[in-house]
Amino acid sequence: MSASTAETSTVGTAGPGTAKASRPRRRGLRPDGPWPWIFVLPTVLGVAVFYLWPILKTFYLSFTTVGVFGGSTFTGLANYLTMFSDPQIPQSILNTAIYTVIVMLGIPIAVGLASLIERPGMRFRGLYRTLYFIPYVTMPAAVGIVWRLIFNGDFGPINWFLSLFGIAGPYWLATPGFALVAVSIVGLWMSLGFNLIIISAGLREIPADLYEAAQVDGASRFRQFRSITVPLLTPSIFFVSIITVVNGFQLFDLLYVMLGKSNLAMPQTQSLVYIFYNEAFLQNNQGYASAIGILILVIIAALTAVQFRLQRKWVNYV
Amino acid sequence: MDRRSFLSLAALSGVGLGLGATLVGCSSDSSGSGSQASAYTPPAKSLKATISYAIWDVNQQPAMEKIIKGFNKIYPNVTVNIQLTPSAGGAYWTKMKTLASGKNLPDVLWMNGPNIQLFALNNQLMPIDSLVSAGQIKKSNYPSALVNLYTVDGRLYGTPKDFDTVGLYYNKDMLGQAGAAVPTSSWTWDDLKTNGKKVSDHFGKGVFGFAGDLTGGQTSWYNTMLQGGGYIISSNHKKSGYDLPGSIKGLQFWADIIAAGISPSMQQLTTTLANDWFTSGKLAMVMDGDWETAPYHQAFGDKLGVVQLPKGPKSNQSVIHGLGNVISATTKEPEAALAFVSYLGGKPPALLQADAGVVIPAFNGSQTVWANSIEGLDLQLFLDEAKVASPYPISKNTSAWNQMESDILPAAFAGQTPVATAAKKLAEQMNAELAKD
Repeated sequence: MSASTAETSTVGTAGPGTAKASRPRRRGLRPDGPWPWIFVLPTVLGVAVFYLWPILKTFYLSFTTVGVFGGSTFTGLANYLTMFSDPQIPQSILNTAIYTVIVMLGIPIAVGLASLIERPGMRFRGLYRTLYFIPYVTMPAAVGIVWRLIFNGDFGPINWFLSLFGIAGPYWLATPGFALVAVSIVGLWMSLGFNLIIISAGLREIPADLYEAAQVDGASRFRQFRSITVPLLTPSIFFVSIITVVNGFQLFDLLYVMLGKSNLAMPQTQSLVYIFYNEAFLQNNQGYASAIGILILVIIAALTAVQFRLQRKWVNYV
Repeated sequence: MDRRSFLSLAALSGVGLGLGATLVGCSSDSSGSGSQASAYTPPAKSLKATISYAIWDVNQQPAMEKIIKGFNKIYPNVTVNIQLTPSAGGAYWTKMKTLASGKNLPDVLWMNGPNIQLFALNNQLMPIDSLVSAGQIKKSNYPSALVNLYTVDGRLYGTPKDFDTVGLYYNKDMLGQAGAAVPTSSWTWDDLKTNGKKVSDHFGKGVFGFAGDLTGGQTSWYNTMLQGGGYIISSNHKKSGYDLPGSIKGLQFWADIIAAGISPSMQQLTTTLANDWFTSGKLAMVMDGDWETAPYHQAFGDKLGVVQLPKGPKSNQSVIHGLGNVISATTKEPEAALAFVSYLGGKPPALLQADAGVVIPAFNGSQTVWANSIEGLDLQLFLDEAKVASPYPISKNTSAWNQMESDILPAAFAGQTPVATAAKKLAEQMNAELAKD
């Protein structure tokens, strides 16, 4: 922005006789030769090698039958036809969607917590931020094992607590319905830290004079939250919701660790990525797994596109 | 942040995170294994080579290192490098499949039942019949079920390394308090149920008489299916035995003991595994593999007992599984690899393994050390069982129908679907899968 202003002013003030003098300035505006490209090359290469190439390869493999030890034969749409007639697929899309929706409830919770933590004069702010962030940086496998114990139907603290009120708790991780809720709660808990950090950063970008002005106008604390904080946080909330949906549709490790093998509740809990893992690495069915991978990609891309459409209606950019 | 930079950031993260689940398949056409000359003569002692040896159990690494030292006394110029890949989460097999796709399979590697046919029938392994015909290894030195496990289409692909069979462990204190009898080797399923029921009734809620691990078949329903007079898969690995009347009896056994309250429910057994129920003193008897002897003994000391499995309608057979040492079809050092596998199949490595006490060595006559490794506990039963045990059920793509077992059987054990219906459904699906092999 500042560069273009400079140019306008140069053109405006430069007479015909000073054309030479303007040249150095113009050179500054030209592309800097190969250097920018050299600087971004590592990232571009990384994206190409680790993201673009695998996507293309997966796309190709989804039209083939792959041998366990490599080698693939082109089978056209066979994998996709199998996928559309596989009863596991719609059920797992539903499971994954329910999981994602529950985890998204963590966004309003994160907004509430962040505005409490970022309140002026709040003590131990860093400590709270760290505490909430720890689950996010802990390995899901480790988190899963701990929560597996917490949700244990016979010896877990949750059911012990419920029993104090005379409630017989369910076998959380082995009962259809409850298992998905249990996994979602852990997913929500894990995502809270990341959401909190992004939203805290958003909060700190809101100019303090807006609040001062609102105070002068006699707006209550709640009114300030509703009319200043939330609208100005919408870009951060939007960002967090994109990430949450993308992560939600990749549910795998928590499910794998918390439910374990031969679980009665698995059909009503398993996610798309779980089926992908089963097909690719347990059943040696990599062609079909690739087709599922492409389905996951399409779903995530579609949901992201829809969110970008909708954001025009509710996200305020300063 | 301004709108533009924000949107591109969000979009980038979307792309980056969204594609973590894509799959890269390393592709390369698999070619036939180079057929080895049938006559084998041990290479000269001066043989100079470096070979890799892939294993997955860190607890066995010290014994493996000692074995390599023994091998180096004969072939001082052959360097054997151990490559340890933990088996957790299937990491070892994912790695081996990937390495094999790139023709980089380690020269010598540990193999297990579920994977031997997959690798052998896809030409990833070198047959070692030449070692047998040259008299370097004798099939009679190992339990025949293990030799069968590693014989694919009539060719031997590995030397049996160790084995596992299944026994009935019991907690003497709990049985005594409940006034139940202590199991003997002449027990039947009915004895087990009667005495198990006594324990469940005596202690009441949350404590049980008997259970097995129903998240996999090896230490539970595989054995009872054999004992009922059925089988899991035909001996030519082409046909499912799940719909045989004897097999259904073996599956019904588990549904019955759950329904009778002798065993914790299916839900309880998936969230707290049978061995944890036993170790925590809330289960009096458990069907489990010999590998649990050390941990169980640590938990209960001389309160622990173990006997052969009780007899069903047909037999008291156990399933036997064991690892093998196999050679990559694409090894660049076939001489050294064959010499090493030949050595691994002999008695000195077996004795070193017995000494380490982690696994039961496969070499007949070397196991006595292991059987006596825990004072006051006679482990001979595991060795006796091996003589008549049935090989662990496998086919070319074992894991495909293992997955079907996990999908279909839990509901039958839990009493949600009739056992016979589930068994028929499983047999159908499994036969369809086997037809693809």
